[in-house]
Amino acid sequence: MWTLADATLQSRFLIGTALYPSPESMRQAIQASGSEVVTVSLRRQQAGSGGGNDFWELIRSLNVHVLPNTAGCHTIKEVMATAHMARELFDTNWIKVEIIGDEYTLQPDTAQLLAVTESLIRDGFEVFPYTTDDLVVAQRLADLGCRIVMPWASPIGSGQGLLNLYALETMRARLPQTTLIIDAGIGKPSDATRALELGFDGVLLNSAVALARDPVGMASAFRYALNAGRAAYEAGVMQPRNMAQPSTPTLGTPFWVQSN
Amino acid sequence: MTILINDKPHELDEPCSVAILLERHGARAGSVAVAHNEQFVSRANYATTIMQDGDTLEIVAPMQGG
Repeated sequence: MWTLADATLQSRFLIGTALYPSPESMRQAIQASGSEVVTVSLRRQQAGSGGGNDFWELIRSLNVHVLPNTAGCHTIKEVMATAHMARELFDTNWIKVEIIGDEYTLQPDTAQLLAVTESLIRDGFEVFPYTTDDLVVAQRLADLGCRIVMPWASPIGSGQGLLNLYALETMRARLPQTTLIIDAGIGKPSDATRALELGFDGVLLNSAVALARDPVGMASAFRYALNAGRAAYEAGVMQPRNMAQPSTPTLGTPFWVQSN
Repeated sequence: MTILINDKPHELDEPCSVAILLERHGARAGSVAVAHNEQFVSRANYATTIMQDGDTLEIVAPMQGG
């Protein structure tokens, strides 16, 4: 059991709802993941469609926490309007803030992220900021009142895994009280294990499951991977050593000869 | 007068409330959220928010996201 904002959760897996081959495969993948938090978004409503309610009804039937995002926003004004619309529509004060600074890498604009986070916290939001692995930006987000910070492992949808281990390990060490979720760039279950072994509190991913040949099977694989990583972190990973150390006791070994 | 709904131009004879526009747009109450001139409008204010010439209205609904 762990705490994310004010929610008590079993799973450390936060999963996206996009890019699946079908709504049914999304539903099955979410169930196989064991995730209790799913990300959702907003789109322009088509005239006469009544709203995107088949999707929303499906998500509601899963009885999970919903984390709306501000995907596609480039300005503070867009983020503020999107966050307020999401709060009303999804009936939650949780918001994953994405404010993109560079189209090619989808790297967040961290200067604007800090500014908009301050405004959103003032308006009563629980901000889940999507940020880079920059330590000082993460510290400033925590200073503003973020209980959760979500650094990328590598660019969104790239599946490149944990590109800067030094930065991520440093962030974990320097922000021991902040809930740290790796958001974006996870490609394989072993990436997720590694993140949890480092002491990250959870992982948020979408493409790695949705774009797998078998999304349901991959969701299950990630579930095991996250559990393994967390168990390893809690058990305490041994310190690496430069030289070999025999694991079998040498005392009484047959044919053993004292060497010089 | 012309307004933009989800970036598409619409002609109106006179200023009109968001509540009426949503009804014309076929949006069910509770299934959408709205921003007027890039500012959020809560459900409670649909009837009193009036669209003027050149105004913009965003009408959004839930969708998949990562």
